[in-house]
Amino acid sequence: MTEPFLTLRQVSKHYVGVTALDNVDFEIQKGEIHCLAGENGSGKSTMIKIISGTVDADPGSIIEIDGKPVHSHKAIDAINSGIQVIYQDLSLFPNLTVAENIAIGNYIAKHSKVINYKELRGIAEKAMARIKVNLSLDALVSEISIADQQIVAICRALTHDVKLIIMDEPTAALTKREVDSLLKVVMDMKAKGIATMFVSHKLNEVLQIADRVSVIRDGKLVGVYSSDELNDEKLTMLMTGKKVEYQRFVAEKNHRDPILTCENLSRDGEYADISFSVLPGEILGITGLLGSGRTELALSLFGITQPNNGNILFNGAPVKINTIQDAMKLGIAYVPEDRLTQGLVNVQSVGDNIIITTIDSMVNRFGLLEKSRVVKNIQDWVKNLSIKIPSTESPVQTLSGGNQQRVVIAKWIATDPKVLILDGPTIGIDVAAKFSIHEIIRELAKKGIAIIMISEEIPEVFNNCNRILVMRKGYVVKEFDTTSADQDEIQNFVNESI
Amino acid sequence: MKKILSRHETYVFIAIVIFSIVITAINPSFFTLENLFDLLKSYSLMGTFAIGMLFVLISGGIDISFTAIATVTGYTVAVLLLNVGDQLNIFLVFLIAGVVGIALGMINAVIIHFFRIPSIITTIATLNVFYGILTVVSDGKWLYGFPTWFGDFATIRVFTLHTPEGIPYGLSIITVIWFALLLISWFILKYTLLGRSIYAMGGNPNSAQRAGFNIFAITAFVYSFMGLMAGIGSVIQALLVQTVAPNSLVGKEMDVIAAVVLGGASLTGGTGTMLGAMLGVTLIAIMGNGLTLMHVPALWYKVVIGFVILVSVGVSAYRRKSSARKRVIIENS
Repeated sequence: MTEPFLTLRQVSKHYVGVTALDNVDFEIQKGEIHCLAGENGSGKSTMIKIISGTVDADPGSIIEIDGKPVHSHKAIDAINSGIQVIYQDLSLFPNLTVAENIAIGNYIAKHSKVINYKELRGIAEKAMARIKVNLSLDALVSEISIADQQIVAICRALTHDVKLIIMDEPTAALTKREVDSLLKVVMDMKAKGIATMFVSHKLNEVLQIADRVSVIRDGKLVGVYSSDELNDEKLTMLMTGKKVEYQRFVAEKNHRDPILTCENLSRDGEYADISFSVLPGEILGITGLLGSGRTELALSLFGITQPNNGNILFNGAPVKINTIQDAMKLGIAYVPEDRLTQGLVNVQSVGDNIIITTIDSMVNRFGLLEKSRVVKNIQDWVKNLSIKIPSTESPVQTLSGGNQQRVVIAKWIATDPKVLILDGPTIGIDVAAKFSIHEIIRELAKKGIAIIMISEEIPEVFNNCNRILVMRKGYVVKEFDTTSADQDEIQNFVNESI
Repeated sequence: MKKILSRHETYVFIAIVIFSIVITAINPSFFTLENLFDLLKSYSLMGTFAIGMLFVLISGGIDISFTAIATVTGYTVAVLLLNVGDQLNIFLVFLIAGVVGIALGMINAVIIHFFRIPSIITTIATLNVFYGILTVVSDGKWLYGFPTWFGDFATIRVFTLHTPEGIPYGLSIITVIWFALLLISWFILKYTLLGRSIYAMGGNPNSAQRAGFNIFAITAFVYSFMGLMAGIGSVIQALLVQTVAPNSLVGKEMDVIAAVVLGGASLTGGTGTMLGAMLGVTLIAIMGNGLTLMHVPALWYKVVIGFVILVSVGVSAYRRKSSARKRVIIENS
């Protein structure tokens, strides 16, 4: 198998003022599992867009499929030549059913004009059978979980006569078991001669099965490596160009009285009998699988939902948190799991997003915004959190995941919170950016902010937290002290609950 | 059963039944075949416009300009009828109105797609342009006195019944034309790739583009289809009243949009069904008719319609909110 399926030669892409890709060569062979690694903003996404035909490469770039140069490479040409992309946002149609989402691409490719629903369901069933999953065909995609939506996206790709599947951060929202079954599917596809290109930040999962890894940095190809010659550490170094030291966080124990305490907190159908407290300056980890109630608990602490039973104590005094405003008044801040839909106003500028929570404090005595204070405030945050942006006027949606997350965190730290709840703080963020986000979080803890970090990544909570609560089916089933527990022990305990 | 209860259409239908019972209790002449056929004829116009509007709303857009398009097509047809009426027939009249409507709709599509101007802005602008040019050209004159064959066609009944007093009534050919359009459009929406692509684009335009749909083709189809329905609607209007007045349609856009939204279509795109849109038209129709039959002053009509829309949209928003909440996270063990 040394026949290349897709070859890029001297591919460049310039946007106004920005070089996204600079003379990149890339090759993927038939049936190869190839991993594309790079930091956010390295040009990974641009490369996917060029390969999938949604963005044109600069003139002079050469794209070859099956050894032959192609002249037109629009989205439909890419699909017709057997290239399928599963985007990080999954690109599904929330208002259509599971069956339609899976099969509709098939109809486009076949140029069928009329839809036969029996045939359509058949196509969907066949695709699901290939990866041994079973979803309700008639459910609307907006009504199923993110993990199931991902499966729908994968099934959709499989309905085509596919030769290359590109998966952009495919494992971000999946549980361990789902990731394993995904990798199995990829191996199956390899056996059938289908190539897979992974663009993943959970590198260790993908390294096990990848043949080769291409690393890009700042729009340039760093090199192509066989996956046996790489490990996590080396890959991180190649991607970032620097060595990242990682140390565990130990809280300073100079606080005795908890700032936030929950007593037997319950909400019907979501979580039950939750009791814990968190000290100022401490990072408390909450982990558990998707649907364990971890996010629902956070929503109640931030006043988005209300518990049916139990008490919340703030500084030892019982409080009611009925609204988000109540939570903010107490000094509780929440960075949601899905920053794209819940945390940011995407079309607005970075600056506007940062000051949105504190805008009240920047008005003069006439109730008008003071431009100079606003500008200074924004610049301070951009500098403190080293957000990389061309200008504070850039819309948030143009930023990479890591930088978006910094903007969300900046927005909430600006309120000077006493308790900061971070839900999946590094979901979809690559290794280097992750470390710097962790650094920011630790700095905040050192300043005496109590932090609740919710994450399903055990290494993340293990390295950053003092204590870890494990949730399962709505209950806190165990508490680990990270100074005495072992990382594998926690990981195994969490996985058992599947 | 659960599925039926979760559908918006069910609630609109229940509202229709309740209204009908109330109106009939007050004035029994509401619940008669005669009144039914009469309603079906006079609301063919709104029904036809609503078909086009449904397509546009599902695609995630909106078209305010269709009444202006209909005014232009109606006027074009009327001028031709008055000058070369002998050489025309009803098919040619529909054809000419349709072609002009499609052309004007295409102008909307091109502006919306290539200049990326939001559809609401684009069509407010084209409404004024189309309507303005027509007013200048026509000088606001009313046109009437069409050939007799045109008047005769409007009175054709597919079958005829008689009231006890001997007055004939029955299913009008105009209603049949509306129903035919309904069937064809329903088929397009439900059973063709084109129809599903309109839903797909309305649900997530980025995904639609990535999936390989031709976004311009879909946009062009949707707005020119709205133009076609406006053209056909203008002929229906001319048939119904045998007069073409430049100012008779413009201003009625919101009634049509309201009817379609009432039937469950969302202004954010991606949702809506033909059944729902027609139930929406029906609800508006029987309320208008019912208020008259109940001797409520016509001035109250807008107030009532306004409240009904508020309640309907409010209820469906509330149900969406509570169904999102109902997703069970844990089993109660």
